[in-house]
Amino acid sequence: MINFQAIKVIFKYEMLRTWNTLFQSIASPVLSTSLYFIVFGSAIGSRIPSIEGVSYGLFIVPGLIMLSLLTQSIANASFGIFFPKFTGSIYEVHSAPISFFEIITGYVGAAATKSFIIGLIILITATFFVELRIAHPVWMLVFLVLTCISFSLFGFIIGIWANDFEKLQIIPLLIITPLVFLGGSFYSINMLPPFWQTVTLFNPVVYLVSGFRWSFFEVHDVSVGTSLAMILIFLMICLLTVGWMFKTGYRLKQ
Amino acid sequence: MQSIISIKNLSKKYASGYQALKKINLNIDRGEILALLGPNGAGKTTLISIVCGIVSSSAGAVMVNGFDNISDYRKTRELIGLVPQELTLGAFDTVWNTIRFSRGLFGKKPNNPYLERLLGDLSLLDKKNSELRELSGGMRRRVLIAKALSHEPKILFLDEPTAGVDVELRKDMWNIVRRLRESGVTIILTTHYIEEAEEIADRIAVINNGKLLLVEDKVTLMHNLGKKQLAVELRTPVTTLPQSLSTFALKLSDDGSKLTYTYDSMSESAGINALFQAINQAGLELKDLQVMQSSLEDIFVDLVRNK
Ligand SMILES: Nc1ncnc2c1ncn2[C@@H]1O[C@H](COP(=O)(O)OP(=O)(O)O)[C@@H](O)[C@H]1O
Ligand SMILES: [Mg+2]
Repeated sequence: MINFQAIKVIFKYEMLRTWNTLFQSIASPVLSTSLYFIVFGSAIGSRIPSIEGVSYGLFIVPGLIMLSLLTQSIANASFGIFFPKFTGSIYEVHSAPISFFEIITGYVGAAATKSFIIGLIILITATFFVELRIAHPVWMLVFLVLTCISFSLFGFIIGIWANDFEKLQIIPLLIITPLVFLGGSFYSINMLPPFWQTVTLFNPVVYLVSGFRWSFFEVHDVSVGTSLAMILIFLMICLLTVGWMFKTGYRLKQ
Repeated sequence: MQSIISIKNLSKKYASGYQALKKINLNIDRGEILALLGPNGAGKTTLISIVCGIVSSSAGAVMVNGFDNISDYRKTRELIGLVPQELTLGAFDTVWNTIRFSRGLFGKKPNNPYLERLLGDLSLLDKKNSELRELSGGMRRRVLIAKALSHEPKILFLDEPTAGVDVELRKDMWNIVRRLRESGVTIILTTHYIEEAEEIADRIAVINNGKLLLVEDKVTLMHNLGKKQLAVELRTPVTTLPQSLSTFALKLSDDGSKLTYTYDSMSESAGINALFQAINQAGLELKDLQVMQSSLEDIFVDLVRNK
């Protein structure tokens, strides 16, 4: 039997947390994306030739959405589980008749939903700056949803792992941001020298951005199948890690 | 009658290597108030955390209402409410939201009238929409109690419920505890205040250094272990004890006006008779009598020292 009430309240509670800080939750990604559009898309982009037939301003849209999606998913999910751990109120979740599947569905589901909404908002924001076309809307949504879920799970893992605020910030700052910037968000991998093209293939974000960009413009750095497979593998790794954490009580139970 | 909680050979060794519990065996009766009494660091919080599922055990088993608390955790946990020792609460949510959250977490459908009544009982109604971080320590404690009771548990754990709590809350709390007991709820409270155990509990379990020293009905405990002292005031003071009274291990006060006789209330009653006869025969005249019973505190200090 599944404790639906528990999933519902965790989900609602996490969404409510966003609602209370609604302005900040939405305004900051929208603002930063707009700035990127203005600086990279219009100011610099106008002097960059189009890439594989796509104007530069348009080319960076999928990467910008990914950038926000990853940051938001990780930030929301990691904070959602870290804060109760920090205040100690996590005791309640441990003492409740609720399985790890339900805990994850609640917390990760809420974080993923939030970043999904933010992704859509950024997409809409983009239409103010460029004339957007989406070749494969369904695939676009599939990539969007899979990314939100995978990286919310990843954020959840960070939230469990982190035992202070510093650790909570360090992975997004030192790992995610560089990976996204070097992951072909603002350029095509083909523009790099061959050596760096090979190095880049070790960056998982490349596969995300490439697949996502394909759903818009049908241009890609790696094949779509590879992109999809990589996301699914990442999702599986995250699921297994969380499963292991709950099973062993890692940083959750003494 | 089947115990509502049955703890068998429960041990806990923390990752640090510290052995916090050593083979605890304890049965808790349905509907009773059990006080878990022990000094700081005795293992009280560890014990109830294991029963509630917050800490994992190293060995042994816990059955709640006939179900194993690990393999059948849903069935056991939905019966249990816990008021933790620390004031562990979120910050930005409101009182109302947090107790609705707790209720849902335990799988119960919303029931606003019940929750409103609960807030009323805890004098929290006017704080319903306050954020948790705005509340004083006492108020936060009340919210924790409301959260623990939000899903109508059959078993309530109170971990050091009165530590740092004002008189009014203490009174409210005992009223609620008594009312809950009348409705059939089993209550386990931990404390290192002896008066608290004495005041409210039906049975008392004494724990120290991770070992359960004894579990006893409060009245029996007081009776069995309680030393009594009989003070006999004499009408005319004496300088030395008469020879005939020397067998009684009496203590004579400095001014010679008072004899103190210490005895075990369990074994002695014939002894008192004999004492009175001896006093009579020695020609001493009584002015007044006074019986003093040792408190749980004395019992506790004795136990912890001896074992
Ligand atoms: N997470 C932990 N790791 C190591 N030792 C712990 C941990 N939690 C508690 N202890 C130790 O276990 C003993 C019992 O603690 P506790 O159950 O909190 O006692 P009480 O509630 O009776 O004061 C104490 O000596 C304490 O230091
Ligand atoms: Mg304690």
